[in-house]
Amino acid sequence: MAANVDQIFVHLMQMMVDRVPDAVAPWVRAAVGVGAVLGLFGLLFGLTTVCERKGIARMQNRLGPNRVGPFGFLQFAADGIKSLTKEDVVPRSADRVVHYLAPLALLTPVVLTFLVLPFGRNMVLMHVDTGLLFFFAAGASTELAVFMAGWSSRNKYSLLGAMRAIAQMISYELPFILSTVGVVMIAGTLSTVGIVESQAARPGEWLARWNLFTPWGLAAFLLFLIAAFAEANRSPFDLPEGESEIVAGYFIEYSGFKFALFFMAEYLGMFASSGMAVTLFLGGWTAPVAALDWIPSWLWFFGKLLALIALFIWVRGTTPRLRMDQLMDFAWKFMLPLALLILPVVAVWHYLGGGWRGWLFCTPVLAAAYVLLGRALVGRRRIQRRVYRYAGEGVAS
Amino acid sequence: MTPWFLLFGGLVVVGALGAMALRNPVHCGLSLVVTFVGLAGTYLDLGADFLGLAQILVYVGAVAILLVFVMLLTRTGRGESPEVRPGGWWWGGLVAALVAVGLVGALASVSGWKPRSEPMTFPTVRDLGVALMTDFVLPLQLVGVVLTAAMIGAAILALPERRGGRVGRTPKGEEPEQ
Repeated sequence: MAANVDQIFVHLMQMMVDRVPDAVAPWVRAAVGVGAVLGLFGLLFGLTTVCERKGIARMQNRLGPNRVGPFGFLQFAADGIKSLTKEDVVPRSADRVVHYLAPLALLTPVVLTFLVLPFGRNMVLMHVDTGLLFFFAAGASTELAVFMAGWSSRNKYSLLGAMRAIAQMISYELPFILSTVGVVMIAGTLSTVGIVESQAARPGEWLARWNLFTPWGLAAFLLFLIAAFAEANRSPFDLPEGESEIVAGYFIEYSGFKFALFFMAEYLGMFASSGMAVTLFLGGWTAPVAALDWIPSWLWFFGKLLALIALFIWVRGTTPRLRMDQLMDFAWKFMLPLALLILPVVAVWHYLGGGWRGWLFCTPVLAAAYVLLGRALVGRRRIQRRVYRYAGEGVAS
Repeated sequence: MTPWFLLFGGLVVVGALGAMALRNPVHCGLSLVVTFVGLAGTYLDLGADFLGLAQILVYVGAVAILLVFVMLLTRTGRGESPEVRPGGWWWGGLVAALVAVGLVGALASVSGWKPRSEPMTFPTVRDLGVALMTDFVLPLQLVGVVLTAAMIGAAILALPERRGGRVGRTPKGEEPEQ
């Protein structure tokens, strides 16, 4: 019974493929799979925007959207219809062809990254040996689309926004990719399915072998997550969009549904990064303890995914925006050295065979590097509570 | 001639033609990206997964960005760039012809213009990694040293110059001119 529920989508797909002639079966399989993923994540995108607006509204002591549908949860449908019916304005001096192609060039690679995410046991659209590389290759091509959007608008704000975005994305791509190399070293494969399977509990073990449960895995997970925030251009790294300085960054000159496409690409990119974080560090569709294996694998994956998305929203509601130089310093002087340090630490962990000896060596090395690097970068500056001249003066708060 | 080969080969040719013929240098750069993507697709079609994906990661993700940014930062004025001076074009044509002859000759000497009878087997990522870490470890390390030197050089170029009134530094107490 549990196995049937676990494989219900695989069986459904098989039933559908069995009903068509063999010649078109691969096409049907691909079309149904892609359609399901697009529909599911499209809906998730809509619901996430509503939940994010409501969640942040709670943090800021507001109500948030509460008019359309029950508790305002149909707000995304209203927004979608609105953006479809709006006029599509293209600036007169804009480069029309590039301006038109930019949102498509941004959304296409983002959607492609979902091909290699394993959503559950036997549930991956494209099972290839180089899945992780595919993910990063598709992710890297979004930078060019950002440039296309910023440049073709012929607007100084959008060009500035594009330059910020590209500088940020290239800088954070290094820790983004390097933090995953440790996982590849331990799993011995670039295939996303293989990486998930390497984290499952072996027969007789009660605890799964998630990479998160190791000192280097925890460090790499945090680095990966921070870099994912930056890659998705989300707060606290949302300078490319900085409303107060450059109004909306690289997509300022887009309106109507093209604007919605940029928005959608940003959220889908966030989902893809979260899904990859789940796959690499949180054991993908495996249960944390062997006793919970009876819960369907796809529920585990989407549960972890939703938890990470909630974390993204929480961070957006509670952190202030960085300054451009702080952003660059953080990527190059702090995250990159730590990501590089993780590689030898993983190698030592592998040769010590994990266990208590691995913990005894890896934890102090990583902790010492974190503390020393942080101290060295802060330097002689004293960090203390900022005193505001008007707001806090003389008031016991 | 599979349909995929026709598609990706067409992308390569169209992109390369565009990179030559378009007037706006940024358009030329973007057109070159189409060529990169076509090449990557050809590699994937041939079964060389790693090469194709690395092509996208490096060329579309990094080299193309570098290309368009250099063009953007070195442009002299608005609009289209000045006409390329004719007169030196036959040098370029000569070099291109020599490269083409060399490539075709190398290909002909390897394959002899005959389709392979036995099916090709392609190395997996694991095979590539093992080969890099055993047989080709010295070239790999040398490339690493060269890249490290280049990176240190770039960092030194970007360092702010301290004291001593070097080039590009205004004397103390004066506001730098805007």
